[in-house]
Amino acid sequence: MSVQERIQKLVDDNKVMVFMKGTPAQPMCGFSSRVVEVLKRLAVEFGSANVLDDAADPELRDGIKGFSDWPTIPQLYVDGEFVGGCDIVIELYQSGELEKMIVGENAE
Amino acid sequence: MQENIEQLIQNAIPDATVIINMNDGVHLDAIVISPAFEGVTLVKQHRMVMTPLKSAFGSEALHALALKTYTPEKWKNR
Repeated sequence: MSVQERIQKLVDDNKVMVFMKGTPAQPMCGFSSRVVEVLKRLAVEFGSANVLDDAADPELRDGIKGFSDWPTIPQLYVDGEFVGGCDIVIELYQSGELEKMIVGENAE
Repeated sequence: MQENIEQLIQNAIPDATVIINMNDGVHLDAIVISPAFEGVTLVKQHRMVMTPLKSAFGSEALHALALKTYTPEKWKNR
């Protein structure tokens, strides 16, 4: 499988998927940390991949930037769609739109 | 670099109002307000601003740019 196919599979297999620096338990970058914090506050399940983990996949860090044509990490995907990076995720969280995207329109 | 960024955004989105603050010499805050953002998802709004900057500076140089985009209406009601 190419790196693009591996990314596609992660995005397909996880309704909410974040590509980040570090892990949710131990983020290695403030931006990644903030996205994880938002997802934790929403109390949703999410998949994550650590782009710094070369043992797991050395091609992921550059591959994800090509996948979305977005230059920075973290990157959040919901239902297979690229949502955005840290700034966008926080803005959508604050406006309530992110919860709607993940939980559905019935969310209160 | 600050004026360049402002100019590049202005060229890409001619009717945009661009507000740039450099707080500490490293981190840039950019606010872009334009009717061109009407009905466009946030991620596409950011792409409209970032794509021309990316070709000018490369992605790494822009890591420290915090971007906020608004339609005129959203800006008024923020």
